[in-house]
Amino acid sequence: MLFITQNKKQMANNNYYDPADLRKFGKITEWSEELGTKFFDYYGKVFEEGALTAREKALIALAVAHTEQCPYCIDAYTKDTLQRGVTKEQMMEAIHVGAAIKSGATLVHGTMMMNKVNKLEM
Amino acid sequence: MPVTETKKSLHKRHDDLAQANKQLEILSSGIFADGELPTFAEKIKETNQFPLRPKKLEILQINVGYMCNQVCEHCHVDAGPDRKEIMTWETMEQCLEVIKNTGAHTLDLTGGAPEMNPNFRRFVEEASKAGIKDFIVRSNLTIIRANKKYHDLPEFFKKHNVHVVSSMPHWTRGKTDKQRGEGVFDKSIKALQELNAVGYGMPDSDLRLDLVYNPNGAYLPSDQAGMEKDFKKALMEDFGIQFHNLFAITNLPIARFLDYLIASENYEDYMYQLVEAYNPAAVANVMCTNTISISWDGWLYDCDFNQMLDLKVNSKVKHISEYNEDVLNDRNIIISQHCYGCTAGAGSSCQGTVA
Repeated sequence: MLFITQNKKQMANNNYYDPADLRKFGKITEWSEELGTKFFDYYGKVFEEGALTAREKALIALAVAHTEQCPYCIDAYTKDTLQRGVTKEQMMEAIHVGAAIKSGATLVHGTMMMNKVNKLEM
Repeated sequence: MPVTETKKSLHKRHDDLAQANKQLEILSSGIFADGELPTFAEKIKETNQFPLRPKKLEILQINVGYMCNQVCEHCHVDAGPDRKEIMTWETMEQCLEVIKNTGAHTLDLTGGAPEMNPNFRRFVEEASKAGIKDFIVRSNLTIIRANKKYHDLPEFFKKHNVHVVSSMPHWTRGKTDKQRGEGVFDKSIKALQELNAVGYGMPDSDLRLDLVYNPNGAYLPSDQAGMEKDFKKALMEDFGIQFHNLFAITNLPIARFLDYLIASENYEDYMYQLVEAYNPAAVANVMCTNTISISWDGWLYDCDFNQMLDLKVNSKVKHISEYNEDVLNDRNIIISQHCYGCTAGAGSSCQGTVA
């Protein structure tokens, strides 16, 4: 009920994104408990220390948060990496990795264009 | 950051937040008054841990004065060179009487910079004769390099088998200086090397050297063991420094850290983080359950944080002059919303995590 009231208040503000919504992430289980719970169990497991350290995973998440341009994820993983002692320089380098893959992914499709041009032209 | 004037204490600036009642008012209003977040008392009631009661007394923590050579942004004591509250020899003598007869196994001297108390050395010499198992001095490291008269502190600590616990917010210069002031990192590194040189922090050494990490802003500390590994690797590789353990301590929302949280508009988010990370298992071992904190003027508190909020123990015995451990141990611990800082995640105390 509280969620609905807050949600209506927020809609009235005409904002698609509200930083306070991040705190409500856990509430997605309320409208689909089984799937929501499965998701959070999976999510929690993924970020546990494994073959990669929790810090390495947090840095990957930070880079992906940027390529996905997810404000909530950027908020969460900036805080998370700071908590794990990651420096600003390391954080920015991780984002450049994401940016490089994004731009590389665009450019590598240039080979498709080149193939097509070569096929079409005499 | 930095968002506040850091050269002077809140007291010197006559800031509202220098007053304990003003801080307590903030901690009990807003999100805690309108029911958005549960108060600490409501939270511990959920797990039948209210009222919070002491267990066996293990630690006597004595704050010998709020004077410090640094003005750190996050300081819960609001310490600095402009603070004049210093424990007198008369009060120290009362403390020595207590130390001789206490059942506590740990004596923990803190400040400010405890070394700046003019009677610090005399007090340490006398206190070390009491045979307390673990005798801690919380040294900010830079004091060792601040003035010639402090240069021999590593030898002095060694002579009295003092366990040195020192603040070191990060293994990089930038993060450390931002929190603690320009040049603090280089001085701290030099001081750590000097402590190492007399035997402190060596793997098999009985001369204990532990570091304290606390976050550089509005976020909680991460896994203590992981941070310790990172600190050890970086300090060894870059500076050849060794130490024993790292204590990860959560910043509590009081004094200058509260001022920072409010000024940077992080207060609500930070309180949410603390409440969301609440861990009932940490409540059972919070330091107020095994500690008595004594202020520079001899008043008794449940912890150093309650001391700064002027929340004296809820006991007939309130002052060192009338100290009685049995009477003191039969009391309810005073709590407010700042206590969430000690129960978040793996918990937090002056000895690091508790859960």
